[in-house]
Amino acid sequence: MHYLLTVIGDTTNEVDDSEPGAVDAFNEQLKTDGRWVFGGGLTSPDHATVTDNRSGAPVFSDGPFVESKEYLAGFWVVEADDLDAALQLSAGASKACNRKIEVRPFDGLA
Amino acid sequence: MTDLDEIITRVHRDEWARVVATIARRFGDLDIAEDAAAEAFAIAVERWPADGVPPNPGAWLTTTAGHKALDRVRRESKRGDKQKQAHMFTEQTSGPPDPLGAVDDERLRLVFTCAHPALAMEARVALTLRMVGGLTVAEIARAFLVQETTMGQRITRAKAKIKAAGIPYRVPEVEDLPARVDGVLAVLYLVFNEGYLASSAETDPIRADLTGEAVRLTRLVRELLPEDGEVAGLLALMLLIEARRSARVSTHGELVTLDQQDRGAWDRTLIDEGHALVRERLRSGEPPGRYQVLAAINAVHTDARDARDTEWSQVVALYDQLVRLDPSPVVTLNRAIAVAELDGPHVALAQVDALAEPLDGYHAFHATRADLLRRLGRSADARAAYDRAIDLAGNTAESAYLTRRRDELGAGQ
Repeated sequence: MHYLLTVIGDTTNEVDDSEPGAVDAFNEQLKTDGRWVFGGGLTSPDHATVTDNRSGAPVFSDGPFVESKEYLAGFWVVEADDLDAALQLSAGASKACNRKIEVRPFDGLA
Repeated sequence: MTDLDEIITRVHRDEWARVVATIARRFGDLDIAEDAAAEAFAIAVERWPADGVPPNPGAWLTTTAGHKALDRVRRESKRGDKQKQAHMFTEQTSGPPDPLGAVDDERLRLVFTCAHPALAMEARVALTLRMVGGLTVAEIARAFLVQETTMGQRITRAKAKIKAAGIPYRVPEVEDLPARVDGVLAVLYLVFNEGYLASSAETDPIRADLTGEAVRLTRLVRELLPEDGEVAGLLALMLLIEARRSARVSTHGELVTLDQQDRGAWDRTLIDEGHALVRERLRSGEPPGRYQVLAAINAVHTDARDARDTEWSQVVALYDQLVRLDPSPVVTLNRAIAVAELDGPHVALAQVDALAEPLDGYHAFHATRADLLRRLGRSADARAAYDRAIDLAGNTAESAYLTRRRDELGAGQ
């Protein structure tokens, strides 16, 4: 199965206080173990643009789609046999980036 | 109840979890397993009166449930319901052998899956009672005072998450086992506590159906994980509390505190079994977890033929050990109650008062303070504390006890 590991950022504490190199080492491990699908950090939600083309005339507007204290700071897509395996990876991810992680399965990958 | 009804009830109690677990393993789907098991028991109720009870009822039920499950899978695949197939949980055939001396039993997978930490606590409780305990949705709904439809949805949602999130149907890896066993025990202890001291005024103060079910399920987990110290500890703890059940509420429906209980009414068989488990754990020489320490505390209490013979120094020493394992305010509060017996209410009150901030919303905090203040002759303060405790207590037997204690205080001080 594929799982999305979402890094939960916090607007009240935006400093990256992860240990230097920890995320790189975690990524390398994922690749070595054949768990890596894709991943990356995102810039601040301030830099987000929202596109709405539901009516056929695209409207672009500034800002994140939802204002909240917690935001999406980055993510991994990993390959894991089941939730227990994904949770184990997420524990490593949380430690590496020093953030909370949400784990959600993909309902199939395109 | 006829003999046959009794047999069916017993078979249901003994075989339900095994039937569900076996079908769940074979078809990779809890929902199919639950429905198939329920259908198999319904067929048994219909057929056994005429055909007689089969020589091996468990095998008969498993076979019948297997046919029902297969029928359903065929029906659904004919309808092209591929969604179901895609999310079947994967069967783990390899895996580590014999973790903690676990007995190879399908039911163990079921227990761990139902109590998985990725599920909300209330969902774990409901799922465990339904899938492992075999209670009906209506029974579980009544036990937790929610609408049957609400409870049904809770269980359906939990089953859906297990499937969609890929919660595996297996015994956890050895390194995860202690934490996962702890999660299972937390579910059982919650069920027991709700029975032991019902939190709502709308039910009986003690609910023997729930304590009995918790004991039964803990016995099952003990059978499946015979080497686990905390499993033994929790079973001992439950037995030693359950043994005092009939002495805990008076005929007027009022709580009877430990020091006032008729110790002759305690169930000696359960006490002996609990003591034997505590001794077994002491002999193991392994450092005890919190359930084992709690069981040991209850063993000291149940060892005393008279409340005055209680070895309070031992109780306090065990609480010291418990505080090291679980330094929560509630544990500190319970320790202070023992300290009052050893060092007097004055010393205990100082320790209790220090917990005012975290425990202000907890009725037992105010009840404990009230009792200590009463013993120190501070009647007006005691009365105020009893008032707070009565406001917060949900259990009818406890409210009745606290009200009487308050009303016995001298007036106008």
